Amino acid sequence: MRLVLTGNYAAAYAAKAAKVEVVSAYPITPQTQVVEKLSEFIERGEMNARYIRVESEHSAMAACIGAAMAGARVFTATSAHGLIYMSEMLWWAAGARLPIVMGVITRAMAPPWSIWSDHCDLLSLRDIGWIIYFCENAQEVFDTIIQAYKVAENEEVLLPAMVGWDAFQTSHTAEPVDVLSPDEVSKYLPPRRPLPYVIDFERPFTHGSLCYPDRYMEFRYLMDLSMSKAKKAIVEADEEYGDLFGRKYGGVLEKYLCEDAEIAVVTMGVLSGDARYAVDILRKEGYKVGLVRLRVVRPFPSSELKKELKSKKLVCVIDRNISIGRGGILGTEIKALLKNSSANVVNVVAGIGGRDVSYEDIVNIVKRSLDLVEKGEVPEYMWYGIDKEYVVKAVGEYYEPPAL
Amino acid sequence: MYSTVVYKEIRWHGRGGQGAVTSAELFAAAAVRDGFYAVSIPFFGAERRGAHVVAFNRISDTRVYVRSSIKNPDFVVVLDSKLLGLEHDKKRIFSGLKKESVLVVNADKEVAESLGWRNVACVNATEIALKNRLVLAGIPLTNTAMLGALAKVFGEISLKSFEEAVKAKWSGRRAEVNLMALREGYSGVRWI
Amino acid sequence: MESKIKFDLITPISYPGEGSAGATGSWRVFKPIIDREKCRKCLLCWLYCPEAAIRVSEENYPEIIYEYCKGCGICANECPVKAISMVEE
Repeated sequence: MRLVLTGNYAAAYAAKAAKVEVVSAYPITPQTQVVEKLSEFIERGEMNARYIRVESEHSAMAACIGAAMAGARVFTATSAHGLIYMSEMLWWAAGARLPIVMGVITRAMAPPWSIWSDHCDLLSLRDIGWIIYFCENAQEVFDTIIQAYKVAENEEVLLPAMVGWDAFQTSHTAEPVDVLSPDEVSKYLPPRRPLPYVIDFERPFTHGSLCYPDRYMEFRYLMDLSMSKAKKAIVEADEEYGDLFGRKYGGVLEKYLCEDAEIAVVTMGVLSGDARYAVDILRKEGYKVGLVRLRVVRPFPSSELKKELKSKKLVCVIDRNISIGRGGILGTEIKALLKNSSANVVNVVAGIGGRDVSYEDIVNIVKRSLDLVEKGEVPEYMWYGIDKEYVVKAVGEYYEPPAL
Repeated sequence: MYSTVVYKEIRWHGRGGQGAVTSAELFAAAAVRDGFYAVSIPFFGAERRGAHVVAFNRISDTRVYVRSSIKNPDFVVVLDSKLLGLEHDKKRIFSGLKKESVLVVNADKEVAESLGWRNVACVNATEIALKNRLVLAGIPLTNTAMLGALAKVFGEISLKSFEEAVKAKWSGRRAEVNLMALREGYSGVRWI
Repeated sequence: MESKIKFDLITPISYPGEGSAGATGSWRVFKPIIDREKCRKCLLCWLYCPEAAIRVSEENYPEIIYEYCKGCGICANECPVKAISMVEE
């Protein structure tokens, strides 16, 4: 069934189609529509689920943990400050190996107060044992949430999964979305298999009790091991979904015009749409450019990226995030991967706090990056689109980090 | 090649509470019913009831991936005639227009003529809204009348699909009055 | 379908059991002795014992379980009629 849905509504339809049994969430812009729609589904009896009302995101995740431990399929969603407020419980969910799926509608952190997208909120939680997907548009949000349950509930994985999408540009943009019914999805996603540690009042247990240095490390090792197995599960889940429903996304990476490319643009999230267009424009001008879109950040697609990027003349990583004092997070990871290759990595920080990044901007970024490579003047990382006059006004000078 | 996809871009201007975002959504819904690919993009800020707000549409025969903001719209729809009289608002309405861009405005002929733009279509949507008692918290809901006007001027999507989109959005009396406004906007719009 | 994954080994789960840390009574230096002449069976000691090493007898007297009592002395401290004395082992 084809509906015109925002990214947020697509997420709610996906949770419904996945037969989620418990939703617990606290509203925050730009996530609100997700839980509004879900509470509407539940209230109308269109969805056989419990909505647990809570007073904060910390409690929302706590409720999700309890429900998931009791064997339910659980969904929640949040953004920015809500996500960070929830962060302690996120560690608990991962360590408890609970297959919770959460939508993260990325939004810049305050101050200054902002409601628009960048990926700093989500990426600041990249090291905690959650699988991290990132979507480009509403259709992918719908498809990925369903796939995320398949992966998270895989016995060899058993890790929670975040599915990210950009504030407003994806969350509030309405587009045609092919929606599957719960019956159709049940062919792909069976009911969650109850696990042996489902809460049992006849046999109570303590979870997360003290663990001495002689054993703690094994628990972290086992999480890391499962995360590495998640990569295969992600690729298989995408393949199977594609075979059944006709849409697949290349597993962990989506590639566009990469075969003969000498230049690779690496992006994540909504600006990938403009990046496709930018690649076309550059191709018409004679540049051999391709696009690599990261669909999964954890597990990090190291071998896949290395294979794709190692022999490129220029790898232009556009980060919609900034690790203050280090550069773009994806750029930093990719540079580490390619350090023994001939590829030149130019890391560009752009689109912070919802700043528009159009295809014209991306064409500009690629040309300027190429210029720097040819001159041999590639800096650690660069900011794109900084108003230098403002910087001078604020601090009296402008020197570095360099800005394109 | 994605860049070979030809698409048209629409920018809606209205006041918070007037239904510009809803109009953009209904436009996308009607377009999709007729087999087009269409997206509706609201611009969100700290908008309040009565403040100047904008929303966007992109429409094409095939899938469009571009999601950056619209700078050079093919159509500009103005829901509130008073926006045309205020310098600051007028500047936003005229920003990025191409030579062939079309303005569809909620205004009488005289006001529309005074805009000094070559492609202008107008309809008195406030009158239509008031007649159909489409008023909420002191703001006439001109959005469905202007949607009708754009439907006529755009020309490639059937009125029936707009009607279906309205019926899917509302039910009962609200659907009826909005359908009336849509049809009156459609039949009442005039080129200058 | 039998799973090869042992769920209670991939996440820290512990089931309660009596004396899972062994017979902690051996840690004790001072031993609480209850004087039944003075005891008024209020059971505050039973309530306060952090190790649950006091049980209630059939006549409702508190009884120290010496196998697990670590000799912390909280019971003696809490007893309102000073019916518990701490005696060096």
